[in-house]
Amino acid sequence: MRHLTDRKRAVGLGSAKSGTAHFWAMKVSAVALLILIPLFVFTFGPMLGEEHDEVIAYFGRPFPAIVAALTIAVTFKHFKDGAQVMIEDYVHGLAQKIAIIVMICISYAAAATGLFAIARIAL
Amino acid sequence: MADVNRGNRPLSPHLSIYRPQLTSVSSILTRITGNALLVSALLVVWWFLAAATSPEYFAIADGILTSFLGKLVMLLSLWGLWYHSLAGVRHLIWDAGHGLKLETATKLGWAVIVGSFVLTILTVLVIA
Repeated sequence: MRHLTDRKRAVGLGSAKSGTAHFWAMKVSAVALLILIPLFVFTFGPMLGEEHDEVIAYFGRPFPAIVAALTIAVTFKHFKDGAQVMIEDYVHGLAQKIAIIVMICISYAAAATGLFAIARIAL
Repeated sequence: MADVNRGNRPLSPHLSIYRPQLTSVSSILTRITGNALLVSALLVVWWFLAAATSPEYFAIADGILTSFLGKLVMLLSLWGLWYHSLAGVRHLIWDAGHGLKLETATKLGWAVIVGSFVLTILTVLVIA
């Protein structure tokens, strides 16, 4: 038998408006990647080990270029959010803050590098 | 007082107490594959950067990714990618409130494991 109402349990715990933002962001990027990953695997895969001019010509086409750019952007966003949860579980205190900042910086840097490379190839 | 005996209380059972089960092993593998995929993600970005830079630089990056060790990393990553994708689908199903019965959860676990190997083999057959 509960002597505490749901409302009373929730009072004082802060706003619920942004509490699920991280969870929801992971859902959105996960569903997006379910579409992007197969497309990327079967466009990037056959190009691995091919001649340079062929690779440049292939990723100069709109579809492979857009798929690659989207996959890189969404993958590193999804990685950033997921790796943050892992760090929060295993690292604590100041080390946790540093680890999360370094990991997020690496994610942004890798995404920017990948997008720059694809833009340079495609344009 | 509220802080009497602080830090010396019995702990609830934790990971080391439980026998590994399919559900727990398939769960931790999701985290391991997801985070380990950073390695191949960075390699792929490097491959694109090399392709955008020059044919000579591309030859170096492409050579490393298609070397024996590179192929091994890419093959393991491919399995990790499919595993993580299928495990992600399992989480989407769970989050929607389905498949949470023990029997169903175990079946889903086997589906993720078997499916990841099947998809890896199929992908290699299609691409190679």
